[in-house]
Amino acid sequence: MIPVAFDYERAESVDHALTLLAEHGDEAKLLAGGHSLLPLMKYRLAAPSMVIDVGRLSDLSYIREDGDHIAIGALTRHRDVELSDLVNTEAGLLAAATSRVGDPQVRHRGTLGGSLAHGDPASDLPATVIALRGSLVVSGPGGSREVQADDFFTGFLEIAIADDEMLTEVRIPRRPDATWSFQKFNRRAQDWAIVGAAVVVDGGTCGVGLVNMDARPVRAAGVEAAVTSGASAEDAAALAADGLEPTADLNASVDYRCHLARVLTRRGLEESGR
Amino acid sequence: MQVTVNINGEPVSHDVEPRTLLVHYIRDHAGMTGTNIGCDSSSCGACTVHLDGEAVKSCTILAVQVDGQELTTIEGLADGDTLHPMQQAFHENHALQCGYCTPGMVMAAVSLLDECPDPTEEQVREGLEGNLCRCTGYHNIVQAVLEASGSTA
Repeated sequence: MIPVAFDYERAESVDHALTLLAEHGDEAKLLAGGHSLLPLMKYRLAAPSMVIDVGRLSDLSYIREDGDHIAIGALTRHRDVELSDLVNTEAGLLAAATSRVGDPQVRHRGTLGGSLAHGDPASDLPATVIALRGSLVVSGPGGSREVQADDFFTGFLEIAIADDEMLTEVRIPRRPDATWSFQKFNRRAQDWAIVGAAVVVDGGTCGVGLVNMDARPVRAAGVEAAVTSGASAEDAAALAADGLEPTADLNASVDYRCHLARVLTRRGLEESGR
Repeated sequence: MQVTVNINGEPVSHDVEPRTLLVHYIRDHAGMTGTNIGCDSSSCGACTVHLDGEAVKSCTILAVQVDGQELTTIEGLADGDTLHPMQQAFHENHALQCGYCTPGMVMAAVSLLDECPDPTEEQVREGLEGNLCRCTGYHNIVQAVLEASGSTA
């Protein structure tokens, strides 16, 4: 499978990438590790006339402490997130979820920012960043702005980024005392989650993000509220699918997905010590 | 676009379209056909090569993305007639049936041991999850990787 022909530019800096984006508008796509975009282009579900390669912008590959949060450059590879001592110590859920993305070859190439900017509800990382109450830094011609993860994912493969902007940093609150669990249900190694639940518990509060349970990555707000008000894991998890509209496919009916969301959320809460 | 890469230590340079996939660059332009194309959708791992020393799936990388970088393919593992220890272990453990997945499986296995030199059987199985053997010959493949690591005699 070969993509439709396109023009290619390698960005030498963030400013260069933004200039190219401004020039080419919605005809352009940013290419990071390529493990979300290139499959779409090969299946010809995407056919940008200009591909702007940001994969060599090494100044967007970093993981560091920044006050009350961990700052992760958008082009940090999954492999580097997975192995980071800082991420493992203070955002263990993100390290665990990242270690379940694809396979080792995919994690050598794929980037955190690329996965989030793809905005796929079936991806592990968007739901994880929602559970962790992360935020995303978006840069554009007018400077940078910070968007909460809840506001970033707006629809199926749609995110709150304009055509002339790019994701540059992901911010995850530091929570060294939190307990967490990443529950990914699939039939075969390396498959996408049929449903997944990213759960983090910190004191009396929790964060729950669900994979593949709606058109966009979602927060299980009812579960979180129930946990905060003292409900048991079983009672809280019973609310996991409330108000959500998953799709049916070869792997699962809508009812089965809702069942999985409740079971995985309960397992996640229990494994997190609730 | 002119794309220059070092493949197995030799500089290779070809003028290709930006949409040229790395696996096609390796096979059709550089003429090295040891790297196979299986699923062509980054699932099966048959096209696994090393990019700057790490296993990647060359069907899901554009050749232009790796301009100036170092590639190792299955042809680059052996030292003359002396097989790489991983190739030797595959040979001795009969770790192949039809052989189609083997080049990618060997490249993934070498990368796995670079990152995890003394793996358990479970770590080998998880470490090779990106490579499919449609003959389902995983048992001997896992044994070969363990033997190459020195974890079993």
